[in-house]
Amino acid sequence: MIHTRLIKELKAANGKFTLDVNFSSDAHQIIAIYGPSGAGKTSILRMIAGLLKPDGGFLQVNNRNWYHAETGIAVAPGDRNVGFVFQDYALFPNMSVLQNIEYAIPKDGDRKMAEQLIRHFDLNELRNSPTDQLSGGQQQRVAVARAFAQQPDILCLDEPLSALDHSLRTKLQDFILEEHRRRAFTILMVSHDVAEIFKMADRVLHLEDGKILKYNTPEVVFSDSSISGKFQFTGKIISIERSGILNVVTVLIDHQIVKVVVDPREVDSLSEGDQVLVASKAFNPIIRKIHTG
Amino acid sequence: MEWGPIILTFKLAAICTMLLLLIGIPLAYWLATTQSRFKSLVETLTAMPLVLPPTVLGFYLLVAFTPNNLLGGWLRDTFNISLIFSFGGLVIGSIIYSLPFMVQPIQAGFQHLPRSLYETATLMGKSRWSILSRVLIPNIKSSILTGIVLSFAHTIGEFGVVLMIGGNIPERTKVASIAIYDAVEMMDYNLANKYAGFLFVVTFIILLVLYRITGRNLNKVM
Repeated sequence: MIHTRLIKELKAANGKFTLDVNFSSDAHQIIAIYGPSGAGKTSILRMIAGLLKPDGGFLQVNNRNWYHAETGIAVAPGDRNVGFVFQDYALFPNMSVLQNIEYAIPKDGDRKMAEQLIRHFDLNELRNSPTDQLSGGQQQRVAVARAFAQQPDILCLDEPLSALDHSLRTKLQDFILEEHRRRAFTILMVSHDVAEIFKMADRVLHLEDGKILKYNTPEVVFSDSSISGKFQFTGKIISIERSGILNVVTVLIDHQIVKVVVDPREVDSLSEGDQVLVASKAFNPIIRKIHTG
Repeated sequence: MEWGPIILTFKLAAICTMLLLLIGIPLAYWLATTQSRFKSLVETLTAMPLVLPPTVLGFYLLVAFTPNNLLGGWLRDTFNISLIFSFGGLVIGSIIYSLPFMVQPIQAGFQHLPRSLYETATLMGKSRWSILSRVLIPNIKSSILTGIVLSFAHTIGEFGVVLMIGGNIPERTKVASIAIYDAVEMMDYNLANKYAGFLFVVTFIILLVLYRITGRNLNKVM
């Protein structure tokens, strides 16, 4: 359970701005932090972990005060039991994959857990490899496995799955969800991937310029209220073909390519790479059997 | 050629390097991580031997260690030791003189490590000692080796400080660089050439080995 207000003056490419966020979460939720780069997403994680000191506010986790500006309470990062997967993974280069994971296990922790994590994360062949010889995706897997080894109360994931290909990403997402169900803890994850957020998060914190635009379930945050469609999908624009009055936008939804005809007035606001919502309003969708179950 | 000065030189260099390692790592770590306002002051003092003529340092140490003065008198009255013209005095002088050669590479090594390594280990609840000994120091081995070799080689080559506070006492303070000076003074160029040639070859080999090792990936070598 997190209950917090965090205030911090931050520097961005286009000058200073004040991060001021105020949110609460129920116990053991997965919260995605979503927003443009430079909005203060990583800073929120760092303040919760105790690596960045807020200018004001408070932070209450599982009914304990971790930070309180007025009373001067600031629990040391090492006493918070927060796991953190950094964007650069921060694997210890002097240790092998197995040693990295073993080092993270708490003193009174179960040493056998390292073996379980090695198996779960498909790291057996790499167990004795130095971490600087691994690919980006392999390093990420080790970093996530190591964070689990710590058995944290809160796990902060700073865009942890961005370097993985689709199948590994799905696998890792599933493993994180499974681990989350097995051992109750809170996850805070920075993510740009709407599909990932829908799959994993209970709540989305949509951040822009240091302020919360929306804080709700993914369905509410990413659904445009002006559309009351029965069918909605989110996807990514792959291409836009303009030919006179007819504009065809190709959207990748999960693994399906969908072509949508778009009104010329709307097409100008779209560009390749945009995340979009594809919804149907007026027509009843057609359903056809493709395989007998 | 007598081996006394050569042995004394390497004994001095070995003792100084070991002590410098014990002083240098904590000092370098402090300089790399502190936000204290005294940082620049300490950094300046540490770097002073790089620019000061060794005779300046030697002169002040000579004055300080003289038993008629405050520090020298206190050392004599309390511990019954006199550092002037003694091996102990040479060690202290050499440590101060070679300090930047140990501290600066190690400090740079600490500063180049990604901060996230330290932060990750901190969040794991590890003690400062565990973080330093298991995570940070093993990842700056090449910087530490550079510090060791540079301070060792630099102590072998020092002259001014040694001459000022050590003098020229055989078996006690007569190191190789002094022996060369002594031989030249006595017009014995042949002897001077032997000492000089020996120092030349040894320092050449030390530096060659250093560059070959640091040229490869040291973490895999050690």
